[in-house]
Amino acid sequence: MLGEVAVTQYACFFFSADIISTVEFNYSGDLLATGDKGGRVVIFQHEQESKNRPHLRGEYNVYSTFQSHEPEFDYLKSLEIEEKINKIRWLPQQNAAHFLLSTNDKTIKLWKISERDKRAEGYNLKDEDGRLRDPFRITSLRVPVLMPMDLMVEASPRRIFANAHTYHINSISVNSDHETYLSADDLRINLWHLEITDRSFNIVDIKPANMEELTEVITAAECHPHQCNVFVYSSSKGTIRLCDMRAAALCDRHSKFFEEPEDPSSRSFFSEIISSISDVKFSHSGRYMMTRDYLSVKVWDLNMENRPVETYQVHEYLRSKLCSLYENDCIFDKFECCWNGSDSAIMTGSYNNFFRMFDRNTRRDITLEASRESSKPRATLKPRKVSTGGKRKKDEISVDSLDFNKKILHTAWHPKDNVIAVAATNNLYIFQDKIN
Amino acid sequence: IKPIIESQDKVISPEKAEEAKLKARYPNLGHKPGGSDLLRKRLQKGQKYFDSGDYNMAKAKIKNKQLPTAAPEKTECTGDHIPTPQDLPQRKPSLVASKLAG
Repeated sequence: MLGEVAVTQYACFFFSADIISTVEFNYSGDLLATGDKGGRVVIFQHEQESKNRPHLRGEYNVYSTFQSHEPEFDYLKSLEIEEKINKIRWLPQQNAAHFLLSTNDKTIKLWKISERDKRAEGYNLKDEDGRLRDPFRITSLRVPVLMPMDLMVEASPRRIFANAHTYHINSISVNSDHETYLSADDLRINLWHLEITDRSFNIVDIKPANMEELTEVITAAECHPHQCNVFVYSSSKGTIRLCDMRAAALCDRHSKFFEEPEDPSSRSFFSEIISSISDVKFSHSGRYMMTRDYLSVKVWDLNMENRPVETYQVHEYLRSKLCSLYENDCIFDKFECCWNGSDSAIMTGSYNNFFRMFDRNTRRDITLEASRESSKPRATLKPRKVSTGGKRKKDEISVDSLDFNKKILHTAWHPKDNVIAVAATNNLYIFQDKIN
Repeated sequence: IKPIIESQDKVISPEKAEEAKLKARYPNLGHKPGGSDLLRKRLQKGQKYFDSGDYNMAKAKIKNKQLPTAAPEKTECTGDHIPTPQDLPQRKPSLVASKLAG
């Protein structure tokens, strides 16, 4: 995908009333779920290729929309609990229905999304419009028959996992055993069984006895894709801890500790803030993991704890803008990152609706923009460039012209194909690679 | 042979230059940078209300209030005018119907 200059074609574009807060493909890539600030979940489905246009992949269209979370009020703390969906994670499909977990700051919900394309007709005790018939007037019995009907997609909440997190949930991750999942907040990580809602196991607790001694918080957590006993969690200090649940019931002691050594002479006020990891993702192979901090993406070999094996600069030119980025709070923006299906490329977002892709093999990288002007359907995305030096070339944009309100925090890559989903504030873009 | 100690390189890294800028603007900035204050603010995130009655009233007000089409005229200048609740910016309503377009 990154070999050619002409990267992608055929964009789908969707507009949401609220800011999109999470994007996630399911395991087959046929479904794409988005969550937004208003607590809604919208699921898009990949349509089959049409016979008229075989050279293009199918489109994505809206499949289901439902209200997942509502705003609540925490009576003890007099704080509002936002309905914003922080994360969505799909469960592997086991039958005709689809299941996903969606979470806000405090409550995780398991949703079942099922299709209904048949309806029973010919009831004995009810009319076709549902009115009850007078039982004394019924003189004969008939067997109801199933008739086809227009496809209806229903979403119903099957489990509600509540009251287990004092702090704000930042991550959920389904385990490879397909029976359990973990949820992480700023200070604790809990392990749940998908069938059991009234209890969960606490597996990590970094809350100090005296809150004055608090030095770091948990920023993200994920289960290993194949080893159901292994998970990792990242911190605001730029460290990653890998834990093995076979070692102890409470995994406060890590099995592996990943940290890149820092040059003490280059330390500044901003060092710890920009080293805070906003996202951690295992590779599909399970051999590597990727972390996103404010300015870079790092790939780590799970067998090497003392430094990452690859480092990619996302927007190094922001290093000379840290003062104003601190003042406008942008320095605390939490960018996510993702792998492509074969782990050969990684993608992450930036400002000005730019997003970046890095090819791990060729070491080439590209900057693209998600905007209506540059994404006409069937148009090829043009690579963008930010000029850092004094002289600005014709198509380049200068650092001072970047719009820091247009941030791409959430991106997702189809598990098999070259299809990507990019959330730009309240716009969702789905870009697909040309087949030939 | 003793090594000759070179004079310090005068070039300051861009990050350190930004730090100097920040310290110049906020001289009282804490000595524990990424430390407890920032973390505690993070743990505390969320809009605080006086009590549940205050919260429910705020929500009801947002439901009833029309979404403004233009910013209200501000004839009073800052400093001379004591703000009233009508002047304060409202929290963005979250209970809006979704309008998805293909």
